[in-house]
Amino acid sequence: MELFTNQVLAGIATGAIYACMALAIVMIYQAIDHLNFAQGEMAMFSTFIAWQLMQWGLGFWPAFVLTLAISFAGGIVIERALFKPLTNAPILAQVAGFIALFAILNSVAGLTWDFTIKQFPSPFGSSGFLGSQLISTHQAGMIGVTLVLLILLFVFFRYTRIGLAMRAAASLPESARLVGINTSWMIALGWGMASAIGAIAGMLIAPVVFLEPNMMGGILLYGFAAAVLGGLTSPLGAVIGGFLVGVFENLVGTYIPGVGNELKLPIALALIIVVLVIKPSGLLGRAIVQRV
Amino acid sequence: MSTVQDSVTQPAAVAAPSKKSMTVGTTATLVLLALLVLTPLFVKNFIIFQMTMVLIYAIAILALNILTGGSGQFSLGQSAFYAVGAYTAGIMMEHMGVNYALTLPAAGIICFIFGFLFGFPALRLSGVYLALATFALAVAMPQLLKLGAFEHWTGGVQGLVITKPDAPFGLKMSQDMWLYYFTLFVSAVIYILAINLLRSRSGRALMAIRDNPIAASAMGVDLPMYKTLAFGISAAFTGIAGALGAIVVQFVAPDSFTIQLAIAIFLGMVVGGVGWLPGSLVGSAFIVFVPNVAEHISKGLSGAVFGVLLFVVIFLVPHGARQVAYMIEALFRKKSKS
Repeated sequence: MELFTNQVLAGIATGAIYACMALAIVMIYQAIDHLNFAQGEMAMFSTFIAWQLMQWGLGFWPAFVLTLAISFAGGIVIERALFKPLTNAPILAQVAGFIALFAILNSVAGLTWDFTIKQFPSPFGSSGFLGSQLISTHQAGMIGVTLVLLILLFVFFRYTRIGLAMRAAASLPESARLVGINTSWMIALGWGMASAIGAIAGMLIAPVVFLEPNMMGGILLYGFAAAVLGGLTSPLGAVIGGFLVGVFENLVGTYIPGVGNELKLPIALALIIVVLVIKPSGLLGRAIVQRV
Repeated sequence: MSTVQDSVTQPAAVAAPSKKSMTVGTTATLVLLALLVLTPLFVKNFIIFQMTMVLIYAIAILALNILTGGSGQFSLGQSAFYAVGAYTAGIMMEHMGVNYALTLPAAGIICFIFGFLFGFPALRLSGVYLALATFALAVAMPQLLKLGAFEHWTGGVQGLVITKPDAPFGLKMSQDMWLYYFTLFVSAVIYILAINLLRSRSGRALMAIRDNPIAASAMGVDLPMYKTLAFGISAAFTGIAGALGAIVVQFVAPDSFTIQLAIAIFLGMVVGGVGWLPGSLVGSAFIVFVPNVAEHISKGLSGAVFGVLLFVVIFLVPHGARQVAYMIEALFRKKSKS
């Protein structure tokens, strides 16, 4: 029983990271109806920026805040410079754009900071949480940060004018434009926020998986699985999906013999396909009905 | 609903071209074929090896082109099918002592089944969801290949070393050159098969699905059947490319078949022009030679160069090499008129 609780709690902790990635994916999907395949690499790049700032002598939290600001600005710049001109391009060109961004970020990070594995400090420490053996403070911290983030996003979208404007721009762009919302900037804002959320995920997971240019490959896949499971159109669904995927992955790895660490990525693959086949709109997503 | 059909606004090159362009096209084809046949006689073995790789990737890109340009579905997971083909060849040659030439049809059949089965869940997905599922397949593939359960066959992380076949019939030819001509022959056969496929009834059904799936099914096109079939055929050709790749490189290992390979194949298709089969060769030359040049400048730079060039292509010539070819053709036509 202790093993079970342990695994569930550990699953919830990694699930928090998947939830962050899924949130970032959903943010961009909401804004432009596309999956950002470069999301993981963007998060990785932000994490490297945080690492660099700390190498230059900044403390964790100042570096954290500064990285969020840089990532936010970076997300907006990427949207303005690269993806805005592609708004009306065919879907294939857009996917190619994401792939290109993926390759550029991965390669530039490797060139700048090389491919050796780096330690990334945890702001929470790694001792047991409140003296218990079940969960470490870092894991508890990951869960806490994700929940705070979710509440902030909820408040932002529910109670602020700009949050409302973003929702309007995402669901009915034409009507939103008619009432004077600058939909194009709302999309850029979505990119900026997604980039910052991704940065949080990167900085939280880096102490666990270590910092290197390919660190987000698997995590992005879990982020996709979480987003698909929760429903690509629902931020809350993304978070729930993230926690579920984390727990599911841990339990399957522990209790089904022969799975272990090797099969973890294929589990995400299987999960994505099963969910897409059984319920493409996910747990909380809107079903898309197309009129023909 | 906008799938790739927007990117294929110009009439597909496989649809009957005008008489004038036929001659321009035919001349170009003959010149190219002559170059492909004669060049190896004058260059070093390493260049022959690279030319072989160009042909092999051209087959893989052609396969993706059949799927994307033909039926409008797209896949970021071609590296997975390529891997299955490569491992089929490796395992058959090293563990069963099968002749290398016989591994190609076997790889084709196994990958066809694999692709057909993957096509089933993919049926319910369109556009971005399909890209996602295939992307996941590509990311997960190296992990699957490393599985302990298959280690006896696949060699696990270490992979398999394959013996390079000699030229048959006592021909006085280096192994590289023989493999080049062998690959050239196989690619020519696949190219002709692909062109005939797209021109056939089934090819037209595929294009109908790409342009308007609802109208196509109203006309009696069996949508699920043709979509999974396209996946199967595409996977089969990719698998043959993978098998050839394994024989030529003499080595298969899980980490050769990562998402980077899938990206390269996808990139080759975009550069060559979606749905334009001759573009496969252009795209393939691009993905083989550009990384070489980039690595020459700085190690690890190739990804960045790939990415930047990809942006350049989608911004400046969104239809890739095909657009350039049309421009050149238009130029010829103008000249001959005046």
